[in-house]
Amino acid sequence: MSELTLFLIRIAYLAILWIFVLSAISVIRSDMFGARVPEAARGGRGAGRAPKPAKQPSKRRGTPTHLAVTEGSNAGERVDLDRAPILIGRGADAAIRLDDDYVSTRHARIAASGDQWFVEDLGSTNGTYVGTVRITQPTTITLGTQVRIGKTILELRK
Amino acid sequence: MSQTSSSLMGFVHRRRRGAELFLLVLALAVGIGAYAAVGIGVQEKIPADLFGYGGWLAALVIVAHVVIRVVAPYADPVLLPVVAALNGLGLAVIHRLDLAKEAAGTKHDYAQQQLVWMTLGVILFVATLLVLRDHRNLQRFTYTSGLAAIVLLLLPMLPGIGKSVYGARIWIHLGPFNFQPGEVAKVLLVMTFAGYLVLHRDALALAGRRVVFVDLPRGRDLGPILAMWLVSLGILVFQRDLGSSLLFFGLFLVMLYVATERPGWLVVGALMFAGGATAAYYLFPHVTDRFDIWLHPFDYYNKNGDQAFQPVEAQFGMGWGGLIGRGFGDGDPNRVPFAESDFIVAAIGEELGLTAVIAVVLLYGLIVERALRTALICRDGFGKLLSTGLGSVFALQVFVVVGGVTSLIPLTGLTTPFLSYGGSSLVANWVIVAILLRVSDQARRPAPQLSDDTTAIGDDATQVVKLG
Repeated sequence: MSELTLFLIRIAYLAILWIFVLSAISVIRSDMFGARVPEAARGGRGAGRAPKPAKQPSKRRGTPTHLAVTEGSNAGERVDLDRAPILIGRGADAAIRLDDDYVSTRHARIAASGDQWFVEDLGSTNGTYVGTVRITQPTTITLGTQVRIGKTILELRK
Repeated sequence: MSQTSSSLMGFVHRRRRGAELFLLVLALAVGIGAYAAVGIGVQEKIPADLFGYGGWLAALVIVAHVVIRVVAPYADPVLLPVVAALNGLGLAVIHRLDLAKEAAGTKHDYAQQQLVWMTLGVILFVATLLVLRDHRNLQRFTYTSGLAAIVLLLLPMLPGIGKSVYGARIWIHLGPFNFQPGEVAKVLLVMTFAGYLVLHRDALALAGRRVVFVDLPRGRDLGPILAMWLVSLGILVFQRDLGSSLLFFGLFLVMLYVATERPGWLVVGALMFAGGATAAYYLFPHVTDRFDIWLHPFDYYNKNGDQAFQPVEAQFGMGWGGLIGRGFGDGDPNRVPFAESDFIVAAIGEELGLTAVIAVVLLYGLIVERALRTALICRDGFGKLLSTGLGSVFALQVFVVVGGVTSLIPLTGLTTPFLSYGGSSLVANWVIVAILLRVSDQARRPAPQLSDDTTAIGDDATQVVKLG
């Protein structure tokens, strides 16, 4: 086989090798930030158009209708669960703005899955407690379960 | 290691299985292309069994891909193709060395054996993914796997099944079966370290006092690091295996540093390593030899057998290869003893040149990057430490062996992951990749969206809602 053919084969092989390396890098590059969740699938559904359809299940007996602050500086405040998911924290976008030094800006949220309600910690500094247990993953809460955030205690009410 | 919620950050990871398939096709082109180029370069014809060989390689890779699609759909898309490409390239280079030896008169079928080992590796890869559905289950075996690792490391010392190969006592011999238990031990050790450190990192990180500029850990917390230091020194002394002792000690240091975020451990560890290395230099003749040959290779070229001949020939080969190499079949990589195992990077450097060596090192870099990226996005501490540890196994091993071959550091015997001829190493590394994919599948899988199905009930008319 001629010298030139061998040379071309060698160059072609090195090219294949580098094409592979570069395409692997480009896959990594496009993977860096993942895919954006479409806005409509995220907050839009829950916040914007919940009132109409979410009403039906809440008519049933024994289903909580609102979240109330029972202890702490904001005691007495309440938010309807129709606005789920409910963000709790000190930030301006929180549904319940707590005036409590031990609460993070976006501290926790309360959301529904089926007819069950969950509380989820959003990486807060001081943690979210259900009863006496600090939660690490979304945890089911029922009517009257005490959720403690800083010095504040919240619970689901009918 | 703070807990992050990916749903809050506003993105989810895509599955990217299509990208993986695309990269796998390119990886097969790298592997099979190398095999074809070897045939053309050495025998001046396209090898007759190209379709059989390529089909087998493709079947293995496709099986692995389909299993990932089914049981780990969110796993990292880059790891499997990179590993497949390295393994394919390694097979082709081993095949080329077989052909050279055949031309010299002795028949070798290392490439076929390697293909059998690769098949076994892929089978274990699939088995690991099928059995291990959640990497956190491994945390239960923290101490069991530690014990198993120590037993495996001690096995070669037993008379009868242990045997000494070229000075290093790291092999066991069971009937027709040769095995290097250290390769399996490294996977088990990573599991042990991760499980231990995730429980004890607070004690290791917070207690201690500050001396000058360094946070020194408490005396009693030094226990595990001292034990690890002794184990790695023991491997060095009794098994005469410089590479493994460096790998295990370095691995433990990296994981300790990552778990505690305290640079003090690195200082302590580096001092202990320097102390151990200096003592070894003066106490053990084989370490002294390695150092002297590293510093003055050409003085020893013809003096004591293979020891200096090997790295010097490797340097000649890589020098002759230059930037784009001699081309398959035009080099003489078989002049280097053990070119197919320890010195396979030298063979690549000679026939494909610096261009290919850089590509290979970059591919290892990508494996390490993917492992560290998995650690960053993983939600639990054990998974973070596990993938950091497995990534640093690759990083250390490649640094030690490629550094040794290119005479950056003294030569120590370790295998080049996925490239080198050697069954135990290949199989163990496939299992490591399976564990990494499992962790990354868990890490990239989106957290369950809680508020999604509340509104799905009684959905009569879908409408677009504009916010803000």
